[in-house]
Amino acid sequence: MEKTATLARELNIREMTLHMGPSHPAMHGTVRMFLELDGETVVSSDVEIGYLHRGFEKTCENRTYHQAIIYTDRLNYVSPLINNFGYAMAVEKLFGVDVPERCKYIRVIMSEISRITDHLTNVGASAMELGAITAFLYMIKAREVLWRLIEEVAGGRGVTPSYVRIGGVKDDLPEGFQGRALEAFKVTREVLQEIHGLLTKNRIFVDRTKGVGAITADEAMSYGFTGPCLRSTGVAYDVRKAQPYMVYDKMNFEVPVGTNGDNYDRYLVRMEEIQQSMRICEQALFSMPPGPIKIDDPRITFPSKEDVYGKMESLINHFKLFMNGHGITPPKGEVYQAVEGANGELGFYVVSDGSGRPYRLRCRPPCFMIMSGVSRLVNGGMVADIVPTFGSVNMIGGECDR
Amino acid sequence: MEESLTLKKLRERFPASIIDTHSFRGDDTAVIKRVDVVDICRFLKESPDLSYNFLMDLTAVDYLQMGNSPKEGRFEVVYHLYSLKYNHRVRIKSPLTEADPTIDSLTPLWAVANWLERECWDMFGIRFDGHPDLKRILLYEQFEGHPLRKDYPLTGRQPLIGPKN
Amino acid sequence: MAIESALGESVVLTRTDKVLGWARKYSLFLYPFVTACCGMEYMAAAASHYDIDRFGAGLPRFSPRQADVLFVVGTISHKQAPILKRVWEQMCEPKWVVAFGGCTCSGGPYDNYATVQGIDTIVPVDVYIPGCPPRPETVLDGIMKLQEKIQSQKQEL
Repeated sequence: MEKTATLARELNIREMTLHMGPSHPAMHGTVRMFLELDGETVVSSDVEIGYLHRGFEKTCENRTYHQAIIYTDRLNYVSPLINNFGYAMAVEKLFGVDVPERCKYIRVIMSEISRITDHLTNVGASAMELGAITAFLYMIKAREVLWRLIEEVAGGRGVTPSYVRIGGVKDDLPEGFQGRALEAFKVTREVLQEIHGLLTKNRIFVDRTKGVGAITADEAMSYGFTGPCLRSTGVAYDVRKAQPYMVYDKMNFEVPVGTNGDNYDRYLVRMEEIQQSMRICEQALFSMPPGPIKIDDPRITFPSKEDVYGKMESLINHFKLFMNGHGITPPKGEVYQAVEGANGELGFYVVSDGSGRPYRLRCRPPCFMIMSGVSRLVNGGMVADIVPTFGSVNMIGGECDR
Repeated sequence: MEESLTLKKLRERFPASIIDTHSFRGDDTAVIKRVDVVDICRFLKESPDLSYNFLMDLTAVDYLQMGNSPKEGRFEVVYHLYSLKYNHRVRIKSPLTEADPTIDSLTPLWAVANWLERECWDMFGIRFDGHPDLKRILLYEQFEGHPLRKDYPLTGRQPLIGPKN
Repeated sequence: MAIESALGESVVLTRTDKVLGWARKYSLFLYPFVTACCGMEYMAAAASHYDIDRFGAGLPRFSPRQADVLFVVGTISHKQAPILKRVWEQMCEPKWVVAFGGCTCSGGPYDNYATVQGIDTIVPVDVYIPGCPPRPETVLDGIMKLQEKIQSQKQEL
C-alpha cells in the first residue's frame, strides 16, 4: 500500500475530477455530479440537484386549493394521476369527508394505469441508455396505448391530465371504457413479454446491471428509500398494503420484493409491479359499483359542467366557488396523507389557516430521498456504471426539485 | 379519544420537554422543545416497542401570517416518522424563534436528514447544529434570502443572467 | 428557360441558396435540452408512433458542437439559465433554437422566483411551440414551421 502511494507521488498521479451533467443525455438534463475518479473507479461523488426547482410549494401557497391541482400534475410528470389523487386525499382528510365508493374505484384504476406508464417509461429509458433502443420503442408503444385511455377519461394526454377534483373526479369513465382498457392491457402484456425476451436474460444487460448499484436494506431505510428501490432490497413496504387507502384493501395483489437491492432487482421489481397493477385494474373494472362520482356537498365539490350550463342553482354554486375570496375553505388544522407513488411514498402535508388557500403545502418527494442515496450507490463502482444506476432509481426532476 | 401509545410513552419519558400533544384527523402530533429533539428522536427510533425507523419527512412552516409573533416561535420544524414494524406514524414539531432559528441536526440518526436539513436551510434559513455540510441544495449560492419564508415575495427573482422581468 | 428546354429533363437548374436550404431543412440534428415534463412528449414524438424521423430530425446529438437545432424542452430555472446560454454559445453556425412548451415560451404556469419567464430573454428563439405540454402533432407542426423558415432564409456558406 505504502509502495503504491510512493509510486503515485513519484509519477505525479492525481485523482481526476469529472463533471457529469447537468446537460448530459443520461442525466435527464437536471442533475450534476462531481466525480473524483481514480482511473475508471469512482472514489467519491457529490450530486447536485435543484436545476428544476420551480417553486411548487411557494406557488401553491398563493393559489386556491383547486388551482393547486395543476401544479401537482407537474411534480412526477410520468405518473401525474397519483399525485393528483394524493393531493386531493390530503385536502379531503383536512375536511374530514369521504368520497363515494365508485369514485374510489375510478381513482384506483387511474392510479394504476399511471403507475404502469411510469414503470414503462423508466424501464424503457434506462434500457435505452444501455443501448437497447428497441426496448424503449416497444415500451413507448405500450405507453401510447395507455395514454390514449387516459386521454379518453381525463381529456389530457398522460403528462398533464388534472383529472381529480377535491371530493371526486372530473367525470365518470366513458362508455365502453372497460373493453378498451382490457384491450390496452393485452397490448401491454405482449410488450412485456417481448421485453422479457429482450432484456431479462440478455448477457449485456445482465452484466451491466447485476450487482451494480447495490444497497442493503438497513442503509436504504436510513436513506429514506421507499417504493421499488426499497422493495428491491427485500423490504416489502408498500403504502397500498401497509395503510390501505381508497379501495386497495379489497384488491387482491402482491408486493414484489427483490433480494440484492441492485439495478437488476429494481428492474425485475418494476416489471412485476406492472403485472400486479394490471391485475388490480382488471379486478376494479369488474367489481366497480354504480353510483355518484363526487361528494354531494356544494361547498366542497364543483357541480358538473352539464348542470352549470343547464341549472340556475348549479350556476350560482359554480360562481360562488370560483369567485375571488370564496372557493372551498377547509377547517384550521394540519394533515399528512401518504399514497404509494410510482417511486415510493408520496406524501402531502397541508397546513390550513381556515382560508381559501393552503397556508403551507409540502410534498414529500420520494425521488429526493433516493437521490440523496445515489452518491452512496455509485461510490466505489466504475464510472460507466453510473448511467444504469442513475437510470434505475428513476429520478424525476419535477418531483425531486419541485 | 384515547391517547395513542407513542404519545403516552413520550409523555412518560420526557415530561418536561413535551409542550403539547394532540391528534387531528388521526395524525398523532407532539410539540416538543427544541433542545431535546435528538434525544426524543433517538428514543422513538431505538426503543423496541416503538421503533420508528423511517424519517419520512422533515420540513418547516413559517407562521408569520398566522398570528404567531416572532418572539414566541415564528417557525416550526416538522418531522414525520414512520415505524415499519408497527405501522405507526407520528409527527414531531418544534417551535423556533425568528431571532435564533437553530435546532440540532438529526444526521447521526438518519442519513437522509443530511439533504432534508439542507433543503430546510435553503428554503427557510433554519440552521441545524452539527450538520456536516449545511449549504444550499435547490437554489444557487448567489441567491439571497429564503423563498419559503412568508415575507419573501412570490416573484422575487434573482437571475444569474438575463433581465429580471 | 431556353436552356432548360434544350436540356430536357436530364438536368435540373436551381440556385445554390435553394439547394443549401433544402439540404439543411431535411437534415436537422437536434440537441434536446430536456429538463422537465415536456421531455415526455418529446419522447413520444421521437418514438415510432409519431416518428420525428419523417422530417429528417430523427437523430439527436448530445454534443452542442454537432447539433444544428437547440430544442429547449421544459422549464428553465434561473439556476439552469447560464448552462443553457453556454450550450447555445458552443453550437456552430448556422443554428436555430426551438422553444418547446409553455414554460420556455413565457414561463408557463410558473410565475415565481425560480423560473425564467421565457427563454427568449436568454437566447434568440426561432420557433415557439406552445402547449403544456404540446401534443406530438404540435411538435411536428413546429418542425415544419422551422423547415419553412430554414428554406426561406439567406443561406450562409
